[in-house]
Amino acid sequence: MQPIIINNIDKKFGDVKALNNVSFSVEEGELFGLIGPDGAGKSTLFRILTTLLLADKGSASVMGMDVVKDYKKIRRSVGYMPGRFSLYQDLSIEENLRFFATIFNTTVEQNYDLIKDIYVQIEPFKKRPAGKLSGGMKQKLALCCALVHKPSVLFLDEPTTGVDPVSRKEFWEMLQRLREKGIAILVSTPYMDEAVLCDRVALIQKGELMDINTPEGIVRRFAQPMWAVGAGDRYRLMQDLRSYEDTASCYAFGEYLHVTLKSGGAGEDALCQYLSPHQDLTMFRTSAGIEDCFMYLMQEQNQ
Amino acid sequence: MRTIFFILQKEFLQVFRNRAMLPIIFVMPVIQLLILAFAANYEIKNIRIDIVDQDRSSWSQRLTHKILASGYFELNDAPLSVKAAYEHLAQDDADLILVIPPNFERNLVRQDKASLQLLVNAINGSKAGLANGYATNIIRSFNKDVRAEWLAMDERNGPPRIDVTYSNWFNQEMNYKYFMVPGILVVLVTMIGAFLSGMNIVKEKEVGTIEQLNVTPIRKHHFIIGKLLPFWIIALFELAFGLLLGKLIFHLPMEGNVLLIFLFAAVYLVVMLGMGLLISTFTDTQQQAMFITWFFIIIFVLMSGLFTPVESMPDWAQKITWFNPITYFVKVIRMVMLKGSGWEHIRHYFFIMCAFAVVINAIAVWNYRKTV
Repeated sequence: MQPIIINNIDKKFGDVKALNNVSFSVEEGELFGLIGPDGAGKSTLFRILTTLLLADKGSASVMGMDVVKDYKKIRRSVGYMPGRFSLYQDLSIEENLRFFATIFNTTVEQNYDLIKDIYVQIEPFKKRPAGKLSGGMKQKLALCCALVHKPSVLFLDEPTTGVDPVSRKEFWEMLQRLREKGIAILVSTPYMDEAVLCDRVALIQKGELMDINTPEGIVRRFAQPMWAVGAGDRYRLMQDLRSYEDTASCYAFGEYLHVTLKSGGAGEDALCQYLSPHQDLTMFRTSAGIEDCFMYLMQEQNQ
Repeated sequence: MRTIFFILQKEFLQVFRNRAMLPIIFVMPVIQLLILAFAANYEIKNIRIDIVDQDRSSWSQRLTHKILASGYFELNDAPLSVKAAYEHLAQDDADLILVIPPNFERNLVRQDKASLQLLVNAINGSKAGLANGYATNIIRSFNKDVRAEWLAMDERNGPPRIDVTYSNWFNQEMNYKYFMVPGILVVLVTMIGAFLSGMNIVKEKEVGTIEQLNVTPIRKHHFIIGKLLPFWIIALFELAFGLLLGKLIFHLPMEGNVLLIFLFAAVYLVVMLGMGLLISTFTDTQQQAMFITWFFIIIFVLMSGLFTPVESMPDWAQKITWFNPITYFVKVIRMVMLKGSGWEHIRHYFFIMCAFAVVINAIAVWNYRKTV
């Protein structure tokens, strides 16, 4: 049984289409990433799947239960971590965890093995009010609270937003371990570098899915040759590249500009020629990352 | 049931962790009772009076003495001209001017008739009314003395007249505090019930915890009961605490059965909590909830008969007070405490309150389902 199945979901807020005909499914024990910029509709989709919102059209099921008809059962068996920190800031780590355990009719001790790896990291501060924790610790606590009743599916809405790079890395390592325990995880993130850590990703923008594939698959489908170009005067370089008639796309990536050409690999020499007046010019072939693919798909959708 | 217990546990933990909460629970009633009961007083003393004595006779002197000896008045000045007294009235130095015209004594003796002039500063209506009343009473009594003396008779042989003696039932000394303190207790209980409960529910929305809480097996009635019950308990505790303070500080009488008050308060609080819940369903922040509650409570309190009797309101306003829960509780708590009314006297109000409780909570729960 597929833990999450989404069929043709539409959702509108007034005139704004938050979700437009979205369909995908998540396999058992899969870490599925929903990648997209702010306002793409990720949180709306999470709210529909966690039974907090009703879709205008389409259907969805979680663990075989319909999100409309069986909402009570779903609420009992999924773990949800909202995008905004939603635990009691005036209660301590321990009290928050115990509260969420008891309302699910269980105890912290009963499912301790599931949260142990994460909980030991925040245990030294267990008497501290949740509001006084750092961003990374807050997320770890929220994950503990979402796991304390041993859910079969985990919904994590932008769990690493506002968290330092080290904690982000740790957080993803925890997700990998949870996946090994057989929990299906749907996670959303605006960070492209996290996409490669998922089993499969769906790229979403303006409420529409652009692509669903493994991270490698998405990169592989991006077949065009790509060059990384750098020069002393980056601003002029970018202007020159954007006005170059053969340029298909040109984006700044770290210290280089990533460029693709309409003529593909054949245009390399011409481009070299064109850019030769630049000082300190470096230009080499590079392989596209998932971020390049996203930019490319975004541009395609906008056209 | 277990779920409600866990929510209650969490609520109490949060309530008592809130720094503002303990002062609200223990200091607010003391301050309200002490300050309001002493300050909100209808007996007006130290009314500043200007006496313009243009007669300067022995009778006018006696009248002046009698007025100042009453204890209600304090001589501001005794100018010679009425004009100077007007000045004092205009500058708010004097509240009242008594003008004793020239030939007051002569007219009184010769024509058996004399006139006086009272000028009252009526900016504060109730103060003016009382000042006027006190002065008129003193002058009437003076008039009576004059007549008795004039006719050289003692009172028993004087001309026949009707003397009214009276006794104040249920509050013999007309102790203002006996009447006021129970009403202030009602306001106290209302504040806890309506304000804190509504804000407590909205807080979950404002902070965002409701989103997490909704994806749990908690049912709506668990949540509502768990959120409201702590304030029901705290408010009843406040009532007990306030009654105890009233007993210790003001020696409030308790003629009736105190359990009747608690029974009524228990239902009354359900109404107030329902109001808090209803307001919380169409607000998103604690600030909004507070202002809306404030709007209703101020109307309810001012129209409750706590400060001004309901009977003196215009007809349409009296009809509005039928829908004001505070009116009923103020009435019932005074009836039970001062008059010793029993169940058969307050039964009627009790059932009205039960009806309120059912209606407002039904609307609140129905509205809650629609919005969250």
